[in-house]
Amino acid sequence: MSANFYYGIEVFLNGMMAGVLYSLVALGFVLIFKASGIFNYAQGVMALFAALTLVGFQNGQIPFSHLINAVFGTNIHHFGWHMPAILAIIFTLMVMILFAYLVEKYVLKHLVNQEPIILFMATIGLAYFMEGFGDLMWGADIKKLDVGIPQGGNVWLEENTAFLGGPDFYGFYLDNLDMWATVCAGLLVVSLVLFSQYTKTGRALRAVADDHQAALSVGISLRAIWVIVWSIAGFVALVAGIMWGSKSGVQFSLSLIELKALPVLMLGGFTSIPGAIVGGLIIGVGEKMFEFLIGVPFLGGATENWFAYMLALLFLVFRPQGLFGEKIIERV
Amino acid sequence: MQDSYVTADGRTIGATVMEMKNITLRFGGVTAIKDISFDIREGEVRAIIGPNGAGKSSMLNVINGFYHPQEGEVWFHGKRRHAMKPHQIAKQGIARTFQNIALFKGMSTLDNIMTGRLTHMKSGLFSQTMWWGGAQAEEVANREIVEKVIHFLEIQAIRKTPVGRLPYGFQKRVELGRALAAEPKLLLLDEPMAGMNVEEKEDMSRFILDVNDEFGTTIVLIEHDMGVVMDIADRVVVMDYGKKIGDGTPDEVRNNQDVIDAYLGVAHD
Repeated sequence: MSANFYYGIEVFLNGMMAGVLYSLVALGFVLIFKASGIFNYAQGVMALFAALTLVGFQNGQIPFSHLINAVFGTNIHHFGWHMPAILAIIFTLMVMILFAYLVEKYVLKHLVNQEPIILFMATIGLAYFMEGFGDLMWGADIKKLDVGIPQGGNVWLEENTAFLGGPDFYGFYLDNLDMWATVCAGLLVVSLVLFSQYTKTGRALRAVADDHQAALSVGISLRAIWVIVWSIAGFVALVAGIMWGSKSGVQFSLSLIELKALPVLMLGGFTSIPGAIVGGLIIGVGEKMFEFLIGVPFLGGATENWFAYMLALLFLVFRPQGLFGEKIIERV
Repeated sequence: MQDSYVTADGRTIGATVMEMKNITLRFGGVTAIKDISFDIREGEVRAIIGPNGAGKSSMLNVINGFYHPQEGEVWFHGKRRHAMKPHQIAKQGIARTFQNIALFKGMSTLDNIMTGRLTHMKSGLFSQTMWWGGAQAEEVANREIVEKVIHFLEIQAIRKTPVGRLPYGFQKRVELGRALAAEPKLLLLDEPMAGMNVEEKEDMSRFILDVNDEFGTTIVLIEHDMGVVMDIADRVVVMDYGKKIGDGTPDEVRNNQDVIDAYLGVAHD
């Protein structure tokens, strides 16, 4: 086999891992969309906010220090301690749960029974609010996030696969971080699916997703369910924030990963958790393979920027409900 | 408080469970229910009948908390009930079905009926997440009760089928099952036989009577089919244009001139 064949496999594997990262973001959208019919525009910003908060806790940053300094003329920045990653993650999770509670109390509660477009607009507002609030709280500078996940190429794998493709092939180059992200995302999805299928709260979540009136009539509190769903979405955002933040730093552009999640959702369907995963994999592998096989040799490269959207467009034409979405059949 | 008595078919009708006192419900300028009072006694099958738009479903929605009346009081178990959310009322033991079936269409029959058990399940979120301690035992115990309901309603064959795919008659039955699984003290049925053929109606009547007979569940029932109502109800409230025009046993109601006028029309001259 030629070296190119093995490089193709390497591209494929890297595509899969990139796809898993897309899936992580898409998952947050699906969870909220299923349970409350809201397309949560703020999902990307939630990931950014979670990552900012995590870095802030880790480095012992004082929240709102810039604001405090500006108002009182003080000069405070840090508490002076360094928090272990696991503790910081737990605190951040608590912040995200608090955030879910506040969103329910101050936004969703007042918009019950409104059109989906109104709720969508509300989440746009929420996104901009959080973006500014995150900056105000933790500062707008680019931060480095390190929670102890190994980064860089996996040398062992590279050395032990080098024999495969002859003298021109140097072994598979896979990033440790990507591999960890894949494992984490896999665990996350499996546990979410198990939770929603086999626990009473999971059943209540699915019930609310299906019919609000009926859910109320069997004693489900919609507000409690919404807090739970937004907390889970916050947790997913945190995981996505950790992975993307470790990869490329915590900065505003982190919130733009949601643009990559959109084609994933169109492929996988807005209502399917497995769909978000498979959609992410197809987009990830598709864009990397397209670049490798067609983009670079024939089109001059840089096809990764638009390939996902092209694919999504094709899906919209031929299968608008996505691969796994519920096909709406109206009984007459 | 009235004394309890035994019906001709041997069921015991107890004291008043719920009392509606001077209920008035308005939507903007439209008055859906006008100053209606009636009581529901323990163990009875209480029917609410009336022409379309009489306010029957609104009355059911008041009982179950979807609507809050502008005037009047609801008394439950001898205490005045304050304005509550529907999910809180469900926890008090009031279950219902809907006129236009409201099932969780993407979920299986089994899962749908399991949601009826939610008010009885107490395990915490953490215990559920870890599948530790009480959560698993609770799930098994409640599943057993659900299996009994499935057996009772003779729907074993469709237990794993997503209910969205079931024919109408079965969906109605699953919805009844979900309400029954809650082991309600008061069961509200909004037109359980609407759109059914004679055979399905007979089945449904039998289930309703069996529920009432075997579990002693108090049932409030809205129905259009007069024949069915006269057969299965102990007492009947008749509504027309939001007002109560009759209340009593099927025989009394049948001979009430106002009721006859409302159903057959009256000459305006």
